Amino acid sequence: MAKITLNINKKDYPLEVDPQMPLLWAIRDLAGLKGTKYGCGVAQCGACVVHLDGEAVRSCVTRVSRAAEKKVVTIEGLSETNSHPVQKAWQEIDVPQCGYCHSGQIMSAAVLLREKPNPTDQDIDDAMSGNICRCGTYLRIREAIHTAAELQKKTGTKG
Amino acid sequence: MKQKPESGARRFVSKKVATLLCATIFIVAVAASAFRNDAPPVKEITFNTINRDSLASVQAFEIVYKTLMSPRCMNCHPAGDVPLQGDDSHLHAMGPRRGVDGKGVYAMKCSNCHQETNTAGLHMPPGNPDWHLPPASMKMVFQGKSAHELAKQLVDKKQNGNKDMKKLIEHADDDLVLAGWDPGEGRTLPPVTHAEFKKAWITWLQSGAFAPKK
Repeated sequence: MAKITLNINKKDYPLEVDPQMPLLWAIRDLAGLKGTKYGCGVAQCGACVVHLDGEAVRSCVTRVSRAAEKKVVTIEGLSETNSHPVQKAWQEIDVPQCGYCHSGQIMSAAVLLREKPNPTDQDIDDAMSGNICRCGTYLRIREAIHTAAELQKKTGTKG
Repeated sequence: MKQKPESGARRFVSKKVATLLCATIFIVAVAASAFRNDAPPVKEITFNTINRDSLASVQAFEIVYKTLMSPRCMNCHPAGDVPLQGDDSHLHAMGPRRGVDGKGVYAMKCSNCHQETNTAGLHMPPGNPDWHLPPASMKMVFQGKSAHELAKQLVDKKQNGNKDMKKLIEHADDDLVLAGWDPGEGRTLPPVTHAEFKKAWITWLQSGAFAPKK
């Protein structure tokens, strides 16, 4: 066991944990933030994506020790009022069906739009191919990312 | 038995042949002297000609080639921009792209799944702090290359990231090269040990880096 302080959504969480523990466990079970989902547990589906210093890591295989001294952002912390362009676009297009994968989808899309504000369909495929949706909402996801890009341009907000 | 005296005509032909032969030898000798160089031969001193031995070099490359074409090495040296995966070298699930620096793109960067060390468990993502493919500017493709093609490519500075012999030898101990011998659960090892590979690699390079004919 080790004492590790996680900074999640700008708040410090001092924890006493096994440093090998998956970050996802710490986020859900110790910090109590349930928005990030467990999907496959082997970095294959993308449901557990969170931002670690801005990168879209899969928290099911990321050890808690890697997140020490870094900034973790989960779906709850992407924006304070659900006003991130990707969140607004997701609402506008009504993307989710069952919704289980969508916190991961949104976190991945946010990284894409930060690095490529006007993505092509190919850019979207390249960025989102690791986020699986069993309901098959891929076409709506693509549409919503284009919408988010427009919103980002109009409002001048950045992902 | 008494020999018959040679006829006059035959003697004439022999003299003519002898004269022609002498003239030819003279001309050749004069011509050769024009190209004569009395200075001692200069031995070219370059790294790859110190111990040039094409047989030893090609033999060593057999070991190098079968190692580099094993899944543990080739999977990160694909012909396309998507890495390979597994002992059958299939395209990596999810289709992550190489990107400019070889470290992936957008939300699909290598280190988003590949941690600093192997993740425990069967077929879980192997790890290294610097997990990446060769960059777009120096793809160093192994997949589909013949031994001849790969040998030529490895020592071509235009294709190997401007690596000279010293850097090529050092590359045998690169962390990601070494990771091939610590692949994580469920993956076969390269066909020889790292020590055997390194010995063959250095032998191949130092004996002239000869490329096999095929």
